[in-house]
Amino acid sequence: MLAALTAPAIGRRADSTSLPPLASLTELMDPSLRLPVEQSLAARYSEWVAEALDEIQGCFLITDPGIAGHPIVFASRGFLAMSGYSLEEVLGRNGRIFQGLATDRRSVMEIREAIREERTLQISLLNYRKDGTPHWILFHLFPVFGVEDGRVVHFVAVQVPIRRRSKCLRSSAENRYDGGTGRFLVACRNEFRSDYELGCNPVVELFVDVDNRGLEAEESRQASEQEKEKARDAANSILSTLAHYSKLTGRVISDKRCSEAGISAINSSLVISLGRIKQSFVLSDPQLPQMPIVYASDEFLNLTGYSRHEVLGRECWFLNGPDTDADVLHQIRQSIQAEHSCRVRLLNYRKDRSWFWNLFHISPVRNATGKIAFYVSVQMDENAKSNEHGLSPHMRQLGVVGAVKVAVRSLSICAGPSRR
Amino acid sequence: MLTIKRVPTVLSNYQDDSSEPRGCGRNCLGECCLPVSKLPLYAFKNDASPDVSSGVAELPSDFFLNTLLLGQWEDRMSRGLFRYDVTACETKVIPGKYGFVAQLNEGRHLKKRPTEFRVDRVLQPFDPAKFNFTKVGQEEVLFRFEAGEDHKSLFLEHAVADETKSPSVVAINVSPIEYGHVLLIPRVLDCLPQRIDPDNLLLALHMAAEAGSAYFRLGYNSLGAFATINHLHFQAYVLSTPFPVEKAPTQKIPIENGLSQCRVKFSKLLDYPVRGLVYEGGSTLKELSDIVARSCIWLQENNIPFNVLISDSGRRIFLFPQCYAEKQALGEVSQELLDTQVNPAVWEISGHMVLKRKKDYEDASEDYAWRLLSEVSLSEARFEEVKAYIFEAIGLVESKETAAVEKNEGTPYQSSTTVSAAPHFTEGCLVLH
Repeated sequence: MLAALTAPAIGRRADSTSLPPLASLTELMDPSLRLPVEQSLAARYSEWVAEALDEIQGCFLITDPGIAGHPIVFASRGFLAMSGYSLEEVLGRNGRIFQGLATDRRSVMEIREAIREERTLQISLLNYRKDGTPHWILFHLFPVFGVEDGRVVHFVAVQVPIRRRSKCLRSSAENRYDGGTGRFLVACRNEFRSDYELGCNPVVELFVDVDNRGLEAEESRQASEQEKEKARDAANSILSTLAHYSKLTGRVISDKRCSEAGISAINSSLVISLGRIKQSFVLSDPQLPQMPIVYASDEFLNLTGYSRHEVLGRECWFLNGPDTDADVLHQIRQSIQAEHSCRVRLLNYRKDRSWFWNLFHISPVRNATGKIAFYVSVQMDENAKSNEHGLSPHMRQLGVVGAVKVAVRSLSICAGPSRR
Repeated sequence: MLTIKRVPTVLSNYQDDSSEPRGCGRNCLGECCLPVSKLPLYAFKNDASPDVSSGVAELPSDFFLNTLLLGQWEDRMSRGLFRYDVTACETKVIPGKYGFVAQLNEGRHLKKRPTEFRVDRVLQPFDPAKFNFTKVGQEEVLFRFEAGEDHKSLFLEHAVADETKSPSVVAINVSPIEYGHVLLIPRVLDCLPQRIDPDNLLLALHMAAEAGSAYFRLGYNSLGAFATINHLHFQAYVLSTPFPVEKAPTQKIPIENGLSQCRVKFSKLLDYPVRGLVYEGGSTLKELSDIVARSCIWLQENNIPFNVLISDSGRRIFLFPQCYAEKQALGEVSQELLDTQVNPAVWEISGHMVLKRKKDYEDASEDYAWRLLSEVSLSEARFEEVKAYIFEAIGLVESKETAAVEKNEGTPYQSSTTVSAAPHFTEGCLVLH
């Protein structure tokens, strides 16, 4: 089925097979992301979903937080028309490419936090089109959860252009345009008001959008009730489409997080943070006997040949085998007992029973209570390419430990009482 | 002569021995040892440069922060170079509107022989007899951080120091406030005193940009605003939650056409206990840096202590003029607040408080944080006055409409040559610690 997913199958317009000349900064997406980005929707909603989404009116994007860089995996036709970008220019990129100089940083922070906390947000935002012109949009973001494990699988960002109203915030800034065009606008705005409300005067829109500095001077712009409703309606259509198609693959979604199936003992925002660390490592729970694994990175699975469900819940010693040095294992156990970190070289076995020398580093990880919440162990195949970027393997392993420690500590500061 | 007792934070393991001259052979950061060292070097990209090293792969996006900075920090931890394990210190978000972050850290402030440190002057000349970073051992340094000449960032594990240039280094803070707490020391051999200038502020902004995470902030404390060492340095660490000050609403300050090319957006903090200015935008990092630097220079030259927070990967900068030390010296701060022994420097002002006593930690409330930080802030009238001077110093004029609202006795917009800010401190104000 996956082989059938060529570009046309996922809604790419047939007429833009060649790359358009790129006037601005947009490079194309990182090639290593191409496959995950292209498969992101189809894997969960089947290959038919792209067509169905194309039928929904409105401007929206779908992003996948599980892929490095949290890239865009779908852009509606309406969005591309509004922004002036082509699909190639947008797929695989992060949503921040639409922000610009005058985009309010605090609003960007609110979006970032809503993503991190996996909740819905509706906010006015100044975005920039491909030609560099700014425009105000009502940005309506909501998460889509996988029912089986309660994790966020996609975010949807609906965008509704906010028309200028005669009553805007920061009127003092607006009333002070430079140049004749601006003043003309101000004086006549009331006359055009009824046309605004009808929402269909292209001549007026031309005037409105030509004065970028005026737009950039506005501190914020309130959306009307109509615009907010438009956003909600689009959101609901998208959600029901996704829900419907997710049943085809059996990987059902919902807009609410259902109680977790218990596969993962750690919360979603920690999982997402850990997912950004692109090296082989696992987290084990020291409070249970045998220290079962509660998290395993993709690179660990690649290194050892196991799948995630074969690994989670398993005791952390399972890579050891008949020729693994017992003294080295003892050394590791002693370090754990003493709550110290430890670095050893030991013989480990993959799923196919092939062996490798594992440069192994294990360290306790504390959370915001100050107590040890996990042990992180970082694996490295001695024969794998070393000295990347002038860094010893050990240095790279320490980087993993540091990043994990920060993630666990920081995210548990804000976690609710039932979470680790 | 006014004195206040203050317990400082020790930033380096060598700080306690500041009175003893150290010979070299100790592998320090002084002239004797540093020029022949081979510290690792991170040379950040220069967009204007050509692609010299096209054969070399680009560094991964998380290399600087995770692999290099946090990884090396973890290494120093395993070598026992820190005074305590900060991850063993309990920390929590205080319930409330803003979510101030409190940490219980009984080990951070340790006893020290009393030395004198004037807090009545923001600018003081570098004193080689006092502790400074040239006396720090190289094991406390993680890497050099300097501008590269390539259009991508490069890392060299063993780089020979350039004899013509004084290296800038990133070192650990041995009394960390969080995991990963480091010091950025620009041009360490030049022994610059603690004062902002455009080049060095730009270096700090570049570091924020290279880290590429909105949760990695840099901070600066002037003398008189709780800088502990009079040798130019910035601090930095990661905290993966927004600081209260970052959440506070702001009001844009509209600007007359004065510098029509200026793309920097100025705002004032609203509904926050410490009054401050927020700078955003700028078409380049340098433009933003220059505007903030000029603001700081005016404050320095007019003896007003201040703190700077660099957040949002260098895109959003907060400037807080403050007056806590003066109030403390004049006995105007309540004993209850003084007893918590929190010196409101940049991290505290931003909303991250380290508390020494368990009782204070358990009772920590947003109300306490608000009361403490309110003592730090300039009054509304004084802040407006300072703000006006700062704009004048940058060559900008606030738009008349807003100015009309704040008409008081005299117009604040005098020519800068004749007006000087009143001395902020009583002469001869000292801190004992």
